[in-house]
Amino acid sequence: MYVRLDERYRVTLTLNGRERSAYAEPRTQLCDFLRHSLGATGTHVGCEHGVCGACTVMVDGRATRSCLMLAVQVEGRRVETIESLAKEGELNDLQHAFRGHHALQCGFCTAGILMSCHEFLGRVMDPSEAEVRDMLSGHLCRCTGYTGIVQAVLAVARARQNNRQETP
Amino acid sequence: MKPAAFDYYRPTTRREAIEQLVERGEDARIIAGGQSLMAVLNMRLSQPRVLIDISAVDELRYIERRDGYLAVGAATTQAELAEYAVLADEVPLLEQMLPWIGHFQTRNRGTVCGSIAHADPSAELPLCLATLGGEVVLETKRGKPRRVTGDDFFQGVLTTARRPHELITEVRFPLSKAGHRYRFQEVAMRHGDFAIVALAVDIGETEYRLGVGGVADRPVVRRIPRDVDLDDALNTLAWSLEAQDDIHASATYRRHLVREMGRRLMTEEIVQEETTDVRPAR
Repeated sequence: MYVRLDERYRVTLTLNGRERSAYAEPRTQLCDFLRHSLGATGTHVGCEHGVCGACTVMVDGRATRSCLMLAVQVEGRRVETIESLAKEGELNDLQHAFRGHHALQCGFCTAGILMSCHEFLGRVMDPSEAEVRDMLSGHLCRCTGYTGIVQAVLAVARARQNNRQETP
Repeated sequence: MKPAAFDYYRPTTRREAIEQLVERGEDARIIAGGQSLMAVLNMRLSQPRVLIDISAVDELRYIERRDGYLAVGAATTQAELAEYAVLADEVPLLEQMLPWIGHFQTRNRGTVCGSIAHADPSAELPLCLATLGGEVVLETKRGKPRRVTGDDFFQGVLTTARRPHELITEVRFPLSKAGHRYRFQEVAMRHGDFAIVALAVDIGETEYRLGVGGVADRPVVRRIPRDVDLDDALNTLAWSLEAQDDIHASATYRRHLVREMGRRLMTEEIVQEETTDVRPAR
């Protein structure tokens, strides 16, 4: 596949379980493509060089900085954004815990943090506080001081463990 | 910022990638995981005419043990290497060092070869390759692949021995040697930030091979016999690196870290348990 710099390429992907497609220039970042071309404005764009983590989404099930990926690179892939977490308008357990533990104030970084937590908790069932803090080191939040975020993630991990034990 | 405009080419074979690279030469940049290059493009520090994306070249996605090496293909991500089940047995230094590279979100896409191609002087993978005496394999259209040792490959800040028409197809890490022990430690402002000082050591029966990252313009490796005065040897090494003051640390502090961390790593005062609470490991 070769796309010239002034061409627009039709990118088809699965976004939050639905097949979507839109045009993108080669240089269009995934974050801008999601927001401007597909209307998924829950993903926020922060530093645009991979440091702050605000734009984190899942690509083929793995948390990824969407400012460090091009729209043309998600052709045929599965992308999940913050819009995928709340089913039928109901916040999921992670989102509820963030609200309950005061894990956000302005909320700018939150969408990205939730997507990292989403992958992390799927992989690490019983994380230690140190592991949660390490996972969060890929994100900058300038208002909460992280304590509430750590508590929310640990609370969700514990609750999910309990649920698993109670299910026969 | 947004990148300047470029053509985008995504081949599916190594041959197609090399042909395009030979045709376009210095106008082209190779992108694999993009975790270093995309930041550089976004800031317009590099403005290539064409981006050649090798992430869909499946024949470059492998981890293979052969001829005393662990060979890692150019499309293999850092996360894939970390998940390689016998890494701790085959190349224990890599297993210890991988969790220190960026964050899991960047290791998910960042490639092993890409970090080595980028040649940031504070990056962990170049340090690991140089310390172990590994090799970079470069291929172009004609002739046999060229093999360059880590020592010769890194030539300065973001500068390597790669020629414009060459594609890095593989890096080779020597397998662990019987009786040797391997240790890694780094100090950064915050986990995942660039290392202020990173140290890797191969502890052999008669000598240490100590690699230092983050201080000079490239990873520096010194062989230190085990029977010399270690404090003297580390002090000489620390001064030879010509450390500079910058916003992250003073030259004095960097020399201090080389001496102090070096002594602890080499005399094994830093035991694995001590570092587990900051390692993501899974």
